[in-house]
Amino acid sequence: MSTELFFVQLINGLQYGLLLFLIASGLTLVFGVMGILNLAHGSMYMVGAYLVWYFVAVTGSFTVSAILSAVIALGLGILIERVLIQRLYNRNHLDQVLLTIGMIFVFNSLQSILWGNDPYGVAVPEALSGSVPFTDNSSYPVYRIFAAMVCIAIATALYFIVSKTRLGMLIRAGESNREMVEALGVNIKSLYTIVFAIGVMLAAISGIIAAPMSSIVPGMGESVLITCFVVVVIGGMGSIKGAFVGALLVGVISTFAAVLMPTMSNMIIYIFMILVLLVKPQGLFAK
Amino acid sequence: MSKIKTLAGAVLATTLTAGLSTSALAATGDPVKIGVMLPFSGIYAQLGEAGRDGLKLALKQNASNLHGADIEFIELDTEAKPSRAPELASSLLNQHEADFVIGPVHSGVAMGMIKMLRGKDTVMIIPNAGSAAATGPLCSPNVFRTSFSSWQPSYPMGKVALDKGYKKVYAISWNYGMGRESLDAFAESFEAGGGEIVEKVLLPFPSTNFQSHVSDIADKNPDAVFTFFAGGGAIKFVKDYDAMGLRGKIPLLGSGFLTEGTLEAQGDAAEGVMTGLHYAEQLDVPKNQEFREAFNTEYGHYPDIYAVQGYDAGQAIANTIDQLKGDISDKQAVISTMEKLTINSPRGDFTFSKAHNPIQNVYLREVKDGVNVVQSIAAEALEDPARGCKL
Repeated sequence: MSTELFFVQLINGLQYGLLLFLIASGLTLVFGVMGILNLAHGSMYMVGAYLVWYFVAVTGSFTVSAILSAVIALGLGILIERVLIQRLYNRNHLDQVLLTIGMIFVFNSLQSILWGNDPYGVAVPEALSGSVPFTDNSSYPVYRIFAAMVCIAIATALYFIVSKTRLGMLIRAGESNREMVEALGVNIKSLYTIVFAIGVMLAAISGIIAAPMSSIVPGMGESVLITCFVVVVIGGMGSIKGAFVGALLVGVISTFAAVLMPTMSNMIIYIFMILVLLVKPQGLFAK
Repeated sequence: MSKIKTLAGAVLATTLTAGLSTSALAATGDPVKIGVMLPFSGIYAQLGEAGRDGLKLALKQNASNLHGADIEFIELDTEAKPSRAPELASSLLNQHEADFVIGPVHSGVAMGMIKMLRGKDTVMIIPNAGSAAATGPLCSPNVFRTSFSSWQPSYPMGKVALDKGYKKVYAISWNYGMGRESLDAFAESFEAGGGEIVEKVLLPFPSTNFQSHVSDIADKNPDAVFTFFAGGGAIKFVKDYDAMGLRGKIPLLGSGFLTEGTLEAQGDAAEGVMTGLHYAEQLDVPKNQEFREAFNTEYGHYPDIYAVQGYDAGQAIANTIDQLKGDISDKQAVISTMEKLTINSPRGDFTFSKAHNPIQNVYLREVKDGVNVVQSIAAEALEDPARGCKL
């Protein structure tokens, strides 16, 4: 591999990793704060992608569609938390797994009923449709640079909220001692609703951002879910910083694996996960 | 049961006039049972529905040629899951005693079905699954195919590439039957003509993380790229190829499924992509226009290739029943009649090879303004080599 191709692939890997982070951040946030294992997280990614496809077809504007979709996802998150998840805080993880697996089936069926089973695509918004010269033969699409920037911006915002704001302080406090936070007069119920809804929205935003770069197909949620779990496990369950580092590692490693040993590429990230767990059983940044 | 049927058929055929026998057949309430094993849910649901709609349209249009035989459909959802195939096929065979079984879409399911149905009296007609084995090592007198073998759309593309002056080609697909067989078929004709496959990449199915491979293609700078992807993967690959700036610089060739049912989602990114297939929606064949309008009248949308293949399976059944004057009790006669049919298909007329795979034209198509436009006949009356078939 030439030096040039090495850097090209490194950029591809980082870009993929940033998107993975965005999807995984919601998963790790919900698990870390609320102890809820949300297997339907991938479905929220799918919902984001289908919603933005639908609204682009109706309104013709990607920006309007993206905002509408994100807001709907936030509302959906509040609804799911209030109606379903809230009943499971005092139950064990197996019950949560059962409920959230059930939700996967429900969302897949809804997708099939509402939007059919054809594969769809969203066009890249006009303003971001250009590309910059890259190597002799290839160019780099502006939209993918933009997507990476959005991921970095959201990562920074999450870091700032969790470590610097009052909401973040409550989230962190809730993580370590739920009863004590409640005893101090904080409405932990609505705090949890907010956190869960933000988690759902983050997954949906990843789906929205990924939509113009990917194909919108039934089952797209499940395919990202597994990779996200690998990211979260490598980074350490519940750690935002861990998810960030884990996502970039998984992105870069799987990109190079895909080029250097394509037939084995799906296996490599799992081998990497095992190696990490052997050295750090709780993940890289576990608390 | 089948003995009684044969006996009854023989008695009827010898003692009654043809007109009387058909009405008697219909009156006995012994309909022709057609088992339909297609995916109606899951990732291939759209393909399954299209195939079924085509099948039913053909039998509806031919209702007057069935000599009074009633048709009964038994629909089973395969969910495109190979593990369910033997069980479902077995229930059509033993419980429902189906005369014909139509299915499947997915090659893995085809393997499970063939295991159960091979050498039986029930005639199986495959309306999609392209696996080489179905009309190769696993071929059987009672197994027919109205679609294609994986070899057929890709083999002619090797010559197309050579004719266009491409010497070095980068080949990429998924690492499963259809993907491997497509790349091999392309390489067979391309290398025989002096071309060189500079890189052959097989990705795990159904991975769609293509960006790093597209970067690799840009770096290797081949004369052209040949690929098999379908559905969501086809959309993603074509979009990634365009996004990274390769469209217009390095020609993209493929097995026709790269641009089937995906063009709307691919948008401008698909412009100029060249593929080989046994059909094109705008194909200038009178039967095609007639079929497209009839399908649209019936279902409110225009048909795709999967509907064509299902339609031809229905035509094969209808023509066989017609030629046998409504009496399909002798399964040997059913098979030998079907073997000799010329199907008047929307893709152009085709016949069956010894291995029961269509002998058909493969067209070279190029995407122009969002349509697969036929450029030429890449291979005329192309017959699958049916390697390993002893029929």
